[in-house]
Amino acid sequence: MGITRFPARAEGLADRMAGFIAHLRLNGLRVGPRETGEALAALAAVKATDPAEARMALAALLAGDAEDWRRFDELFDAYWFNAGRARERQAPGAHVRVQSARPKLWQPHFGEEESGGPGAEPDQADSGEGEAEGTEGRLIATRGENLSRRDLRELMDDDSLARAEAAAEAIARAIRDRLSRRRRAASRGEALDLRRIMRTSLTRGGEPIELHRRARPPRPMRVVALLDVSGSMSVHARIFLAFLRGLVGAAEADAYLFHTRLMRVTDALRDHDTLRAAARLSLMAEGFGGGTDISGCLERFMAGYGARALGGRTLVMIVSDGYCTSPPERLGAALARLRRKARRVVWLNPLGGWQEHAPVARAMSAARPHLDAMLPANTLEALTALENEFSRL
Amino acid sequence: MSIKTLQAELAREGYVADDRLAMALHLAQSLGRPLLLEGPAGVGKTEVARAMAGVMNTELIRLQCYEGLDASHAIYEWNYQRQLLAIRAAEAKGGMDEAALFSAAYLLRRPLLEAISREEPPVLLIDEIDRADEEFEAYLLEILSDFQITIPEIGTIRARSRPLVILTANGTRDLSDALRRRCLYTFIGYPDRETELAILRARMPGLEARLARQIVGVVQALRAEELEKTPGIAEMLDWAAALSGLGVNDLAQAREEVQATLVCLLKTAADSDAAPPEVMDRLIGKVA
Repeated sequence: MGITRFPARAEGLADRMAGFIAHLRLNGLRVGPRETGEALAALAAVKATDPAEARMALAALLAGDAEDWRRFDELFDAYWFNAGRARERQAPGAHVRVQSARPKLWQPHFGEEESGGPGAEPDQADSGEGEAEGTEGRLIATRGENLSRRDLRELMDDDSLARAEAAAEAIARAIRDRLSRRRRAASRGEALDLRRIMRTSLTRGGEPIELHRRARPPRPMRVVALLDVSGSMSVHARIFLAFLRGLVGAAEADAYLFHTRLMRVTDALRDHDTLRAAARLSLMAEGFGGGTDISGCLERFMAGYGARALGGRTLVMIVSDGYCTSPPERLGAALARLRRKARRVVWLNPLGGWQEHAPVARAMSAARPHLDAMLPANTLEALTALENEFSRL
Repeated sequence: MSIKTLQAELAREGYVADDRLAMALHLAQSLGRPLLLEGPAGVGKTEVARAMAGVMNTELIRLQCYEGLDASHAIYEWNYQRQLLAIRAAEAKGGMDEAALFSAAYLLRRPLLEAISREEPPVLLIDEIDRADEEFEAYLLEILSDFQITIPEIGTIRARSRPLVILTANGTRDLSDALRRRCLYTFIGYPDRETELAILRARMPGLEARLARQIVGVVQALRAEELEKTPGIAEMLDWAAALSGLGVNDLAQAREEVQATLVCLLKTAADSDAAPPEVMDRLIGKVA
């Protein structure tokens, strides 16, 4: 491994260090001019003539997280030892889109959806020739029961939409009514604010007459809902759109639709006419049709909206049947990242009996370890029952 | 102090630090910057601080973070009960000095204030910073940049000495970029076989060499299995202590003891199921 020959105009160590910092920044490390000075100071504190020591010192100083830490050696060699400079140039453009390769397994499923999906009117959706064989047994078992136990795909009338919305509002309330763990001064509250009592008692000769109190102020959770509107979900789309609308109306919520693309629909959902909003959105959703790239969409969500939408008080709700064109490992990795940025991650699955359906089960078992809860949402009753689950989260 | 001598001194405290960690600690000392340690549970992140306190022959001040941690638990709080008593006592005697009521005597120093008011620089360990919430992180950032704390009744307290600050995190929440930029960073992963053997030797010098090799070998092999909770160094040491306590000196001859003591290594039901006797026999067979 040869040592990099720097151009003659690069003067001294400071210049080269600035170049190194720029090189790191190009490769995605969050470093800036301030770090240049600090790097030089760090080198002064060690035996800078020993490359191993210099490398370790700079790694400790310039890496910001585990990912940086892992890549640092490579980047260090690339700059100072002339290795892989060509590769570094390529890096920004080397982003490969993975969607095109679709496993054979999915082909029949898509074909079926393209013929029956987009035009799925309420009565047609009833046919029961769903794409998921796994749900078949459960469907038959519940059809004899009352309406609210019937599969969601059969329910498209106003009443059911209204009830889905009501269920969402109940959930939103359960999430919203959270109290902070810190206490703040308040006119009424369970704890005495001794600090303020002492302070004001001084003006009365040390007699604590005015009692101030502290209470835990409300600290509502925000909700980020990601709804899968791909072909396989289009039969459920309307009911879940109504559900989403309920969430957006009642809580501090942010709603997104995804299939192979991702779009933010929070504003569209604030439309006051439920049915019009639902119809408009499901039209939009069905317009895209086709397959699902859950992990790709999650990645794009985190890269784009993530920084603003996610935080320590965010509950992420993913509504999807788990049909995904990309490998389960990628879904697991994306969820692991999401999990670290959000407070809670919950997956609602409208597909009863997905356990029996191998591709879904694989995706879901990859997702499982990174979820706080995986809840069924296949009947209106199940949706209503979610309120209790969410108040526990 | 070069990193080799630092390593040697840490070893005297019973801590085996690799080159990178020693370098980061050395830089943290010489540049006066906080050091952020990340890594899986049970690889000795917290132990670093204890060992450093031993090397520097100074005190370790520890702040354990949790959700809802606030200023009155992390920085300072007035001792209200004492203040009230003092007021009553002053009334009885007649005439009271208000300034005295808000003096250091009535101040409860919490870890952060404690750490900056020492003559000798202590080691300040801020454990599991990712468990505290974002508001606290922002506050901490302020203290870590100026090393001064303002108490309205007294004024600004400046650090008499700069403590060596060590923060640990294991990824329950992403830390802010601002905090990461302030800190030096080191990722501590699971050690390799030789390092782990050195750790076991440092911690349990009386252990037979063959048994030590077997224990480390089995634990290393277990880490390669798919487990929910991968056993860390702390678990390995527990297991070694349990085995030597039972008088085991060869794992291959002690199947029952091995199964009985697996509770030290495997901490969930699923993991216990993943390591039935046959699997353990296979792992032990490999290292024996």
